[in-house]
Amino acid sequence: MSKRLSQSLRGAGVLALMTVMGAPASAEEINYVIGSVGNAVEAFKETVKPWEEETGHTVSIVTMPSSTSDQFAQYRLWLAAGTSDIDLYQTDVIWAPQLADHFVDLTEAAKDLAPQHFESVIESQTSDGKLVALPLFTDAPALYYRKDLLEKHGKEVPTTWAELTATAQEIQDAERAEGANDLWGFVWQGNAYEGLTCDALEWVKSFGGGQIVEPDGTISINNPQAVAALEQAAAWVGTISPEGVLSYQEEEARGVWQTGNAVFMRNWPYAYTLSQGDDSAVKGKFDVAPLPMGDGEGAQSAATLGGWNVAVSKYSTKQDIAIDLALFLASPETQRTRSLLESKLPTVPELYEDQELIDNMPFLPAWKEVFENSVPRPSAPTKGKYNEVSAKFWSAVHDTLSGRATAAESLEILEIDLEDIKGGGW
Amino acid sequence: MPDINPNTAPALATPAEPHKGSPSLQRQRQRAAFWFLAPMLIALFCVAAWPLMRTIYFSLTDATLSNLYDAKFIGFQNYLQVRELSSGRTIYRGTLVDPDWWNAVWNTVRFSVVSVAFETVFGLIVALVLNAEFKGRGFVRAAILIPWAIPTIVSAKMWGWMLNDQFGILNDILLNLGLISQRIAWTASTETAMKAVLIVDIWKTTPFMALLILAGLQMVPRDMYEAAKIDGIHPVKVFFKVTLPLIRPALMVAVIFRMLDALRIFDLVYVLTPNSSATKTMSVISRENMIDFDKFAYGAAQSTLLFGIIAVFVAAYIWIGKVDLSGEKSR
Amino acid sequence: MSNRSLLNTMGFYALVVIIVVFACFPFYYAIVTSFATGTQLFQVQYWPQQLSWTNYNAVLGNSTFVRSLFNSLFIASLTVGFSLLLAVTASYALARVRFRGRGLLLMTILAVSMFPQIAVLAGLFELIRFLGIFNTPWAMILSYVIFTLPFTVWVLTTFMRDLPVEIEEAAIVDGATPWVIISQVFLPLLWPALVTTGLLAFIGAWNEFLFALTFTSSETQRTVPVAIALLSGASQQEIPWGPIMAASVIVTVPLIVLVLIFQRKIVAGLTAGGVKG
Repeated sequence: MSKRLSQSLRGAGVLALMTVMGAPASAEEINYVIGSVGNAVEAFKETVKPWEEETGHTVSIVTMPSSTSDQFAQYRLWLAAGTSDIDLYQTDVIWAPQLADHFVDLTEAAKDLAPQHFESVIESQTSDGKLVALPLFTDAPALYYRKDLLEKHGKEVPTTWAELTATAQEIQDAERAEGANDLWGFVWQGNAYEGLTCDALEWVKSFGGGQIVEPDGTISINNPQAVAALEQAAAWVGTISPEGVLSYQEEEARGVWQTGNAVFMRNWPYAYTLSQGDDSAVKGKFDVAPLPMGDGEGAQSAATLGGWNVAVSKYSTKQDIAIDLALFLASPETQRTRSLLESKLPTVPELYEDQELIDNMPFLPAWKEVFENSVPRPSAPTKGKYNEVSAKFWSAVHDTLSGRATAAESLEILEIDLEDIKGGGW
Repeated sequence: MPDINPNTAPALATPAEPHKGSPSLQRQRQRAAFWFLAPMLIALFCVAAWPLMRTIYFSLTDATLSNLYDAKFIGFQNYLQVRELSSGRTIYRGTLVDPDWWNAVWNTVRFSVVSVAFETVFGLIVALVLNAEFKGRGFVRAAILIPWAIPTIVSAKMWGWMLNDQFGILNDILLNLGLISQRIAWTASTETAMKAVLIVDIWKTTPFMALLILAGLQMVPRDMYEAAKIDGIHPVKVFFKVTLPLIRPALMVAVIFRMLDALRIFDLVYVLTPNSSATKTMSVISRENMIDFDKFAYGAAQSTLLFGIIAVFVAAYIWIGKVDLSGEKSR
Repeated sequence: MSNRSLLNTMGFYALVVIIVVFACFPFYYAIVTSFATGTQLFQVQYWPQQLSWTNYNAVLGNSTFVRSLFNSLFIASLTVGFSLLLAVTASYALARVRFRGRGLLLMTILAVSMFPQIAVLAGLFELIRFLGIFNTPWAMILSYVIFTLPFTVWVLTTFMRDLPVEIEEAAIVDGATPWVIISQVFLPLLWPALVTTGLLAFIGAWNEFLFALTFTSSETQRTVPVAIALLSGASQQEIPWGPIMAASVIVTVPLIVLVLIFQRKIVAGLTAGGVKG
């Protein structure tokens, strides 16, 4: 019954597509679904205006809760039902590869545009050689540090995790001796959720321990460097980081930091503007640096790639127009407008030199370096199984951090679990 | 009904239906009953039966959300499948041998029993208080409904904030009162995560219980209490001998529906401690598989099992609690 | 003796105070938070530091939020009306008419409540698209029946069964039809149960999130919980606590008003007489 139903719906879609292609170019209404974050909706209306004026089409916006899990579930359901109500989807960096089957391959359409963006961003949106989404803006975390406290205690900005641990411990002890009882050395995101995958991927990668699943699909997580990375992080809990860090997401970490109760914080760029707010206890007292690196062979600074992209639905009845809109939204000019309007980080390297943008976003130059070390989560190789892989990874890490298993043990189990999920192939 | 012992109360001992009517009257009543039931049954069939059957069907296929309509029928493999490895060893796969699933079952059952027990006791206390006459009763009645009235997604987040280890008010209060010596990370640690969920759930749903029990109490004729008072019977004895038996039907129904809700608990856990294995319930794990992990059929199988487990619980409850379904006995 | 009764009264009022404090404290804290802005949100406050209406202005200045309040009001009222109508008639048949398979029928109705919401989502989504009511209030009204109806039917059946048989017999002797018995005789006696179940069903429909999110796509059709979820900070990671709390306070107020209006009916109970037979 419902199979027939959906087939007839799709049939209707094909019919509509033929009418569109047969008819002369007329003004169409394109449906664009977007998470309602901040002034994203208003800013989107503003950015898309030139395109609407040029083509005569209109874009109608469908808003989604800012909670990404609700948003993703809704996308899945819409795409599963093959709905033609939505033409373009704004997707999180890890989504498009998982939903690749439902999206149009943009390789051909974007062959001139793609090389202008950061390579790692394009790589993160390529699944099986198919470019499934185009980047709109990006996101990458950095190390926030308290300039005043480092100066007071005569410390340098740490470049390795070992230095960070030592510095954080020393300052924490000294400040507590002076009565600042609530001060902690380092806060980050330790809750069992996607954010922990990001944090832990950075530790592992910075120790030269690979990126969980390599781009070619090999499971690389069970290695001594990864074990060393997790052991290091587990030692923070209860020493330089509060026990409660195991339930922290971004906002909890920012809360501790912004009330002046942390020396270091790992967080995304959004915290920068907020920490500079007038009522912030750390206003003017902090700066950012790339995240520290680990020890051993292949050690480097690593920052997990975030950000949002736009994908074109396969079930759209106005695909050509939708692709045109996607190309417009991802173009360097539009990205520049977006950065000016919303302070979002562009994915085009040259925009990081743009003086007007730097005036608008003083932290921009600092983040260029961060991006050069950005590492994508393994959603491209693992495709539809990414969420399961990520959940297994963060639970293994969470178990290690909370002391329920040793790092070596949980990574060994994780490897077996991932092999199981992989089965015959991703 | 001046007799205060309900078991011998004549009015309650007779069947609920008038039995004086002629056979044709009886037939007329049955015809009317059919027409009264039909709209409800049609409505329920549309919104419930069809989606339920779809889900059960999906649980027997290899459907994923990316590929919902071209799914193959694979029998009970999502529940249990036996595979022989090339080495000759047999392995078992499927929900029924999935430790995560059984962990979720255990979490859910534990959660439901504890929360419903507390909610029933607290609900009774609150209902008894509200049933008494005192100044400001209207205000109190509105006040106790507040927890139930706040959308779960909001109250769960609100509690998450209040339970925060660094800037949560609960830790601050407990510290100031000297009840704890250091801040507790309520939702982070595996020992306290379940307690946190229980606290919030009991806070949130006690009003539901209280209100249903209160409605039951309101239907108990006042003169029963007066009769008991004149006879000088101790209030506690009156409660157990008179009030409780009389509100028992209402109480039983309230408990059934709370139990059903508790066994399916989803949003509170999903918002408060989304990925903690100490609190992951059946609904949460089923959603995780259906949506997040793109194993729709596997999640559908878990939903079907959840349905089965709840059915067993309800059947046991009705049997043990001697809930009179048809209303024909014990009256 | 009088000392003891004084002690009893004090104990009683102490209990009342404890109950009210426990029930209301989180709501009070929400009010406090709704007046806070910026870094204040991360500090423990026992009373509002300032009376800043910024958050309220932000929420109420948003026309879609106001619109969603009316959507919720409409959907929840209709859901309650619809389910009470179906439930009263059905529970009369289930409680007062003898026919075979009554217990089984009640069990089946209950079984509807045994499936997790998420499991019926895909099927309901298909049904709603098939009926062409996607993105209309009717999608919600129809789907909310799934959790309001079994509950109302069961509760009303229990209450209706307890009504003394003499009243109905008297009505039958007077030649009343079943419909007259329901509407003229039983309904006035059932007020406490009706108001209580209606209120609980209303709150259930008012607070429902998953269906409301899935079955709507335009802002003008959203309901309150979805509208609250749509509130967001300036970036993906930021959570706008102030506006969320202000919105929660705003959406809880109509429910409190509702309780205050209907509470007389809850109290009325059976003391009005007539039942004593």
